[in-house]
Amino acid sequence: MISVKDVSKFYKASTRPALDKVSVEIDKGEFVFLIGPSGSGKSTFMQLLLKEETPTSGDIYVADFHVNKLSGRKVPKLRQSVGYVFQDFRLLPSKTVSQNVAFALEVIGKSRSMIERTVPEVLDLVGLSGKADRLPNELSGGEQQRVAIARAFVNRPLVLLADEPTGNLDPDTSADIMLLLERINRTGTTVLMATHDHHIVDSMRRRVVELDLGRVVRDEARGVYAVGR
Amino acid sequence: MRASFIFSEVFTGLRRNISMTVAMILTTAISLGLFGGGLLVVQMADKTQQIFLDRVEVQLFLTEDISAADPDCAQDLCRGIRNDLESADGVVAVQYLNQDDAVADATDRVFKDNPELASLVSAESFPASFKVKMSDPDQFALINAEFSARPGIDSILNQRELVDRLFSVLGGIRNAAFAIAIVQAIAAIFLIANMVQVAALTRRTEVGIMRLVGATRWYTQLPFLLEAVVASLIGAGLAIVGLFTAKNLFIDDVLGDIYDANIVARISNSDVLLVTPFVVIVGAGMAAVTAYIALRLYVRD
Repeated sequence: MISVKDVSKFYKASTRPALDKVSVEIDKGEFVFLIGPSGSGKSTFMQLLLKEETPTSGDIYVADFHVNKLSGRKVPKLRQSVGYVFQDFRLLPSKTVSQNVAFALEVIGKSRSMIERTVPEVLDLVGLSGKADRLPNELSGGEQQRVAIARAFVNRPLVLLADEPTGNLDPDTSADIMLLLERINRTGTTVLMATHDHHIVDSMRRRVVELDLGRVVRDEARGVYAVGR
Repeated sequence: MRASFIFSEVFTGLRRNISMTVAMILTTAISLGLFGGGLLVVQMADKTQQIFLDRVEVQLFLTEDISAADPDCAQDLCRGIRNDLESADGVVAVQYLNQDDAVADATDRVFKDNPELASLVSAESFPASFKVKMSDPDQFALINAEFSARPGIDSILNQRELVDRLFSVLGGIRNAAFAIAIVQAIAAIFLIANMVQVAALTRRTEVGIMRLVGATRWYTQLPFLLEAVVASLIGAGLAIVGLFTAKNLFIDDVLGDIYDANIVARISNSDVLLVTPFVVIVGAGMAAVTAYIALRLYVRD
């Protein structure tokens, strides 16, 4: 599903590469943690998958898309197949919960009837059916993140990317969010999650890819956060 | 592409930055109004051209003594001038106006609406003259050269000079209108570019989410372009209304006498109507092109 082959990324500002000959293969339906200290290249890695950035060298494949060679016109199609969740939720403050989720479908041209059918379904999946008309500032952090996940998932993407989704949440709420992501993963969606959260990684024992200074230093099935430190 | 979504985005965007929208509308209105005004002056000049096309006349005024003494142009000096004129190159017709004819022309035509002035006119006020119609206005110089020093001829009036002077005035007005229109247009272009950037900046969270979930440029950028076009169309509307108002409330009055003297052609309401599509197309086109370029340069795809 995701195939990163020998990818390097140099930014103009620094001499050290953000990513240095990184190769990772992720199959359909996998749940993968991407860990590493700040500056290790996690965000860059995720941005490359969406073609927010282009690699200096190497190839990236996501589903059927050869991402780094994708023309500008086809990038929206790639992004419609990849859901993204941010650490700070990034909801639109003047729109309600269901409007926020519907927005993702409206702007890609889906019909009103499809939207009216699908949004309640996905709100049900994330456990927010009763709060469809609330505004983001009326929700807790955990609930806001659920909305964000609903928005990322509503178009049934093949891949869900999560950039530190539990970063702003307390441990109990984080655990709930992880259950939700697991549930989404069980529907067949490939999930790649960047995180600093030791507890979550240790308790879930999924595949762990560790980056340090732009290089893959560990790629372990059923891994833990820290090894021999 | 869902039209209702796009239109609601355009309307919201215009309303959100209302001060900028108003500035843009006004600047565009002024620019397009002056542009339209310039076009109307061009039209007026063209129509006036038609009026003067057959008015290529030279008027040779005779000296006082001949004017008084020879009302039928029967005497040698006068007849001699007449024959030479008739046989000169480029001359189509020669008409002799004696003093009485000149008086009648003054009272009936020139001073028609001013009886007090008309009553002051007497035969001695006006010399006799030859009105010479030319086939080719460029032959004036020859007539001038041949006859200006001729005994009996007091002065030569070349209508063409007046006409040229008139057209250069019209041309000057037109150029001034276009020049100011261009300056305003430059201001409008910068305003549009600014408006697009500010709009994109204000909506960056929304646009960011749109790009992230895979919205195409139709959804992310078209609303901004349409905002600029809609504002410029409103400006064009204002400009047209302004032109109609100016014509019917001001210009018709101010130029009334000049129209009546048939010096320049009248600007009619249908003239303004004719200019309308040009104003609209130039306005909308300018806005669309500027917005498109601003989006390409300053807003991420």
